[in-house]
Amino acid sequence: MAHSEDVDHTAHGQSMGLLRVLGPAHVWALGVGIVLVGEYMGWNFAVGKGGAYAALIACWFAGILYSCVAMIDSEVTSTVAAAGGQYTQAKHIIGPLMAFNVGLYLVFAYTMLEAGNAITLGFLVDTVAAMTGHEGGLDQRPFIVLAIMFLAWLNYRGVLATLTFNLVITAFAFTAIIVMFLATSPLLGAGEMLHKDLMSGQASLPYGWLGILAAMHFGLWYYLGIEGTTQAAEEVRSPARSLPFGTLAGIMTLLIAATLTWYVCSGLLPWEYLGDGVNGAVAPLFSAAQISGSNALVWLLGIGTLFATLASANGCINDASRAWFSMGRDHYLPAWFGAVHPVYRTPYRAIIFLVPIALIFALGAPLDQVITFSILSGLLGYTFMPINMIMFRKKWPLDTIKRGYEHPLHPLPAISLMALCAVTYFAVFLGYGTQLIAMIGFYIVVSLWFHFWRYRFVKRADQFTMPWPRPRGY
Amino acid sequence: MDTWNYIEYGAWGLSALFGLLIVIDWIKIDTTYSEEALTSSREGELEAMTEKHRLEG
Repeated sequence: MAHSEDVDHTAHGQSMGLLRVLGPAHVWALGVGIVLVGEYMGWNFAVGKGGAYAALIACWFAGILYSCVAMIDSEVTSTVAAAGGQYTQAKHIIGPLMAFNVGLYLVFAYTMLEAGNAITLGFLVDTVAAMTGHEGGLDQRPFIVLAIMFLAWLNYRGVLATLTFNLVITAFAFTAIIVMFLATSPLLGAGEMLHKDLMSGQASLPYGWLGILAAMHFGLWYYLGIEGTTQAAEEVRSPARSLPFGTLAGIMTLLIAATLTWYVCSGLLPWEYLGDGVNGAVAPLFSAAQISGSNALVWLLGIGTLFATLASANGCINDASRAWFSMGRDHYLPAWFGAVHPVYRTPYRAIIFLVPIALIFALGAPLDQVITFSILSGLLGYTFMPINMIMFRKKWPLDTIKRGYEHPLHPLPAISLMALCAVTYFAVFLGYGTQLIAMIGFYIVVSLWFHFWRYRFVKRADQFTMPWPRPRGY
Repeated sequence: MDTWNYIEYGAWGLSALFGLLIVIDWIKIDTTYSEEALTSSREGELEAMTEKHRLEG
């Protein structure tokens, strides 16, 4: 029935677009779902860089950075109700070359993160097998491939089921952190926390202030990906309301989850073990649950880790495909990618195209390189945001376009975001300078390709579709 | 060979199944609908329509 209706629609000149079926809870699930895995693993490398206090300072500074990201994104995207998120914002506010770069940042950041999550999932299954007595190690590849194929299939079949699935597993993973905190803290539990013993003397700041700076690199891990909520802009029922609500509720959730995670893990695990994410606490919340001696907590946090990993990969497929689809629809990439499934109303070709790329990186690249590529692409995207915000307010002041949300204290959040990005670049340069330079070189090469070759195929008039007034001064 | 080895084979099998489901549907859709219809989505169409209604109203 739906099939024939769709045929009729196109026959009568109406287009097949993405479906507007999502609510604010789905937006929350998309944003928090992508990020929450960072609480379950990864953030603790910050402890290794500078000790537990450094990780807490990085947690809160990165929290300020991402609060700025969430506020800025909420304002702009409440007026740009189209898939593509920051790519579409850049296209309307700055220009085509910036948009092309931002689109690539998004696709690489999310696809690499998806690959990283799949690798982690394979590792988790291997760990479970070892815990249940399996000897000789497990072949992780089938589980890595299964995670990517299952989630790609889910995304292919429709956005409502995909993000409802994310809502359930993300809510479970977040609840597991709350339960862990309540069960181990003096508030309700046995009060097993040993902060005083584990964080005194040399252990307080083992590498001094430089350690705090170095910890900023992994401080991003607590929140990396919350900006992905904007990719749902074309599929939410009420973009002006749902996007700011879901995004801001998401960053609040993450600030709570990050602080509780730090409190629980740093109070139960010595910093040397906690900070070693390779040979020590690979999944610190799970390790903390093991230390607590409660089997129920071990199961809860084990399942929480698995769900957080799946939710992140799921959200990444959703976001990367929307960004790729939008670029195809605008002819920044071949228009073939701009197709929408006539029954499921998903960007099905973009979803399919990104599957082999994720598989190649998940099966063939080391986890730290994949993650670093994701972080660096994300960081380049955050650097664009303050520029975008300042230009948006300048070209379209508050009295020219009605926003669903107006962020306070402009331009302070934009300036703070820019300053924190600069600090984080320096921190990344300390640890991954070569990768940073190589990646910037890559984006310069593709920018030249876009400028001198690809842009001739872009339909210049068709790409600006928002019913906005002329920008001030034009 | 223990249970985990069978689970490994199961994971390969399920991966192939999901891949096949996607590819079969992809071929079916691409051969049933015209390219023009499949790529007819336009950004901001809903907003443009809302604007039009507001102006007409």
